Amino acid sequence: MAQYLIEMKDISKTFPLVKANDKVNFSVKKGEIHALVGENGAGKSTLMSILYGLYQADEGEIFIDGQKTNIYNPNIAIENKIGMVHQHFMLVPPLTVAENVILGMEPRRNYFFIDLKKAASDIKELSEKYGFKIDPWAKIEDVSVGIQQRVEIIKVLYRGAEILILDEPTAVLTPQEVEELFKILKSLKGQGKTIVFITHKLNEVMALSDRVTVMRDGKMVGTKVTSQTNTSEIATLMVGREVLLTTSKAEQTIGKTVLRLEKVNAFNQHKYHVLKDISLTVKEGQILGIAGVEGNGQTELVEVITGLKPISGGKMYLYEKDITGLSPRKLRELHIAHIPEDRRKRGFIADYSVAENLVLGSHYKSPFVKGCFLNPPEIRGYANKLIKDYDIRPAVKENLLKSLSGGNQQKVIVARELEREPNLLIAAQPTRGLDVGSIEFVHKQILKERSKGKAILLISAELDEILSLSDEIAVIYEGKIVEIMVNKNIDRGKLGLLMTGVHK
Amino acid sequence: MNRDKSKKSNLFFSIIERITPIIAIIGALFIGSIVILLMGEDPIQVYKMMFGLAIGNRDGWGNVLFRATPLIFTGLAVAFAFRCGLFNIGGEGQVYVGAFLAAYIGFTFAKLPAILLIPITIAASALGGALWAALPGFLKAKKGIHEVIITIMMNWIATSLTFYLVLVYKAPPTEEMRLAGVPQMIPHTSEIAEAARLPRIAPLLSKINISFPSHNPLNISFFLAIIVAILVYYILWKTSLGYEIRAVGYNSAAAEYAGISIAKNIILAMMISGALAGLVGTNEVMGYKFRWRQELFLGLGFNGIAVALLGKNHPLGVVLAAILFGTLSYGGALVNIYTAGKIPRELIMVIQAVIVILVVISDEIIKRLILRRKTE
Repeated sequence: MAQYLIEMKDISKTFPLVKANDKVNFSVKKGEIHALVGENGAGKSTLMSILYGLYQADEGEIFIDGQKTNIYNPNIAIENKIGMVHQHFMLVPPLTVAENVILGMEPRRNYFFIDLKKAASDIKELSEKYGFKIDPWAKIEDVSVGIQQRVEIIKVLYRGAEILILDEPTAVLTPQEVEELFKILKSLKGQGKTIVFITHKLNEVMALSDRVTVMRDGKMVGTKVTSQTNTSEIATLMVGREVLLTTSKAEQTIGKTVLRLEKVNAFNQHKYHVLKDISLTVKEGQILGIAGVEGNGQTELVEVITGLKPISGGKMYLYEKDITGLSPRKLRELHIAHIPEDRRKRGFIADYSVAENLVLGSHYKSPFVKGCFLNPPEIRGYANKLIKDYDIRPAVKENLLKSLSGGNQQKVIVARELEREPNLLIAAQPTRGLDVGSIEFVHKQILKERSKGKAILLISAELDEILSLSDEIAVIYEGKIVEIMVNKNIDRGKLGLLMTGVHK
Repeated sequence: MNRDKSKKSNLFFSIIERITPIIAIIGALFIGSIVILLMGEDPIQVYKMMFGLAIGNRDGWGNVLFRATPLIFTGLAVAFAFRCGLFNIGGEGQVYVGAFLAAYIGFTFAKLPAILLIPITIAASALGGALWAALPGFLKAKKGIHEVIITIMMNWIATSLTFYLVLVYKAPPTEEMRLAGVPQMIPHTSEIAEAARLPRIAPLLSKINISFPSHNPLNISFFLAIIVAILVYYILWKTSLGYEIRAVGYNSAAAEYAGISIAKNIILAMMISGALAGLVGTNEVMGYKFRWRQELFLGLGFNGIAVALLGKNHPLGVVLAAILFGTLSYGGALVNIYTAGKIPRELIMVIQAVIVILVVISDEIIKRLILRRKTE
């Protein structure tokens, strides 16, 4: 038997504008859990897509169990017992678990009828073997995201996979579901399966993996045995330089209360109680960080404060003036700036130019309009100034926003929002998906606003970001603020427990 | 180097993307010629005759532009709504209602002088269309009910409503009809007042010594359509209202985030769209037959969809596409007569339909090619 179950040698893959993989060597031992980490755009997903046959490498070879294998489509991968669980599930909601699992390879009875009973009993067996706790007859639309993910894993196992690739499996899960998933993955490993999982969360790497491979800018920068390394070493490998987990920030005198929420409640469109009695204050010169696992009400909290979502109870005050129920436009006019968490969805209009996006939200005000007509010379001049001040590249105001890189798109948003001279800045996931340079830029801008004495509400899924920027940290869990604490000598472990709903 | 290559090919694709309508027209004429060959005629002769008769002389041009006028209005209507992300297929109903209101004002306030009555009648046709489109807009904005469903239903309601109203306001029988004892075959309203009528082009041209057949139906409404097209361009691209409407069309979530009211813009865009469709009344009622008769408007709303599609939802494109459709429709009608029915006028419908299909297909192909280049 070969030393490695999978060996990818000198894999290169070029897309029109980027070299996604550059002579990457990657190997996995049989029966291990192998974490593949790197920043967004480092080439992790591309590498795994090549292994699964979704892309073909321009150069390089793949060996499976010592055999050179040409994987030119996913069917070949499946034949070689490789299965992939994608980040976005590919399930048919109105069908049952069993129907989804057998989709595409239905067991037959009398050549013609689908043998659902056999499928269900097979699935039951798999489920019991690995501790999945799944009812084959449940409909997908009735089960939680965590269960749906297990169905995806079963789908792969049902097709006989021995090697499982999971693409950022925890991104969509609640902490409990993450724990359950880790249990399942460990039990799979116990039964001799091999697992590769893509992530950029270092604590997951430490908790789960046997070995870890780090990628940066399309290149493989190192493989470590997890027990012989630590998070800061991995982080340094990922980023390519020493990473300061705490940003140095100057002392700042705290001023008046800017934003005050009083027992704010809200429901989502499924009538689910998403914000429960939220009370918090943000003061001048203060950054309040909201820590929490994604999906615990952060999105709704931001939408409520910016007027995008109505509240069902409670009061909101800006400088002690009641702002409850005001429209987004009214709130913007009160100088509330908002860097939205999903910039593609809310942050900009992809088919508008840089200049048009820079005046979005101020487009109806002087000097950008004269009467009811837009005022192009003013808009152009303003755009040129912001492009220069915020170093937006390429520095062409006529470019459509969709042609810019993620980092520059975010710069456009940051420029637009900060130029409005906010009293309150709401920064939601402000560095998500950005490269290191842009992250630093955004962090600097946020700290600059703080030193100007502005109030800042920071929402982030990255604990490091929260810890390095915030003055105070509020932990949100299932729509409730479970604790607010001063950011001084905080025990990460304790914070993590609070975020997952475990009380002190 | 690699970058240069992909830039060049991007330029190539963006050019192709813009001229898909021309590709589609050529393709459609080609397919049309196969149909003509199958009928046993010579396609080159037929096309020569068709275009020669339609745009080879002043009378032909007049008729072509006359037929293009209502399509400019309905095409603009579809294009305008589309810019706000709405698919207004209720042009048909908005035309009926707008034109009926114009006719009603035209024959009811007959005592007003032309200087008042003409603007009021024009406004009435726009208002009728706008009101008819307001309900679908309101339901979409406030309840999220899809505008396609509601506008289709509003078309049927408009058909029935105007048919009822035309019976209520039926023109009295003429002297000859009364003597012969026959009723109106197709119900129509009384004629609108002289003061509500738009002047024809022919007498205006003859004043400056350009010979133009006096029977030609081309009237001032065509110029109104051109002015409205320019106005639409200015509204969409030069005003803050247009900025908001297009923002909602491109990305309503981002528009909402920026404090733009989605509901307000949807309702406004629908009403402006309806007003544009309603203005058809200026050509058919105020400039041509001077009364409301349902058959005058048949299919104009729906053809507006094809015109907007071919014109890429841009006012200039809409005007050009409407003129092309006018040419095909008038030329086709004449070819039908001149060949004694050997080339039926349905051929034109085939060509129009093929144009629409080809535009859609070539747009889709280009889109996929661009997408593939991006992901590869």
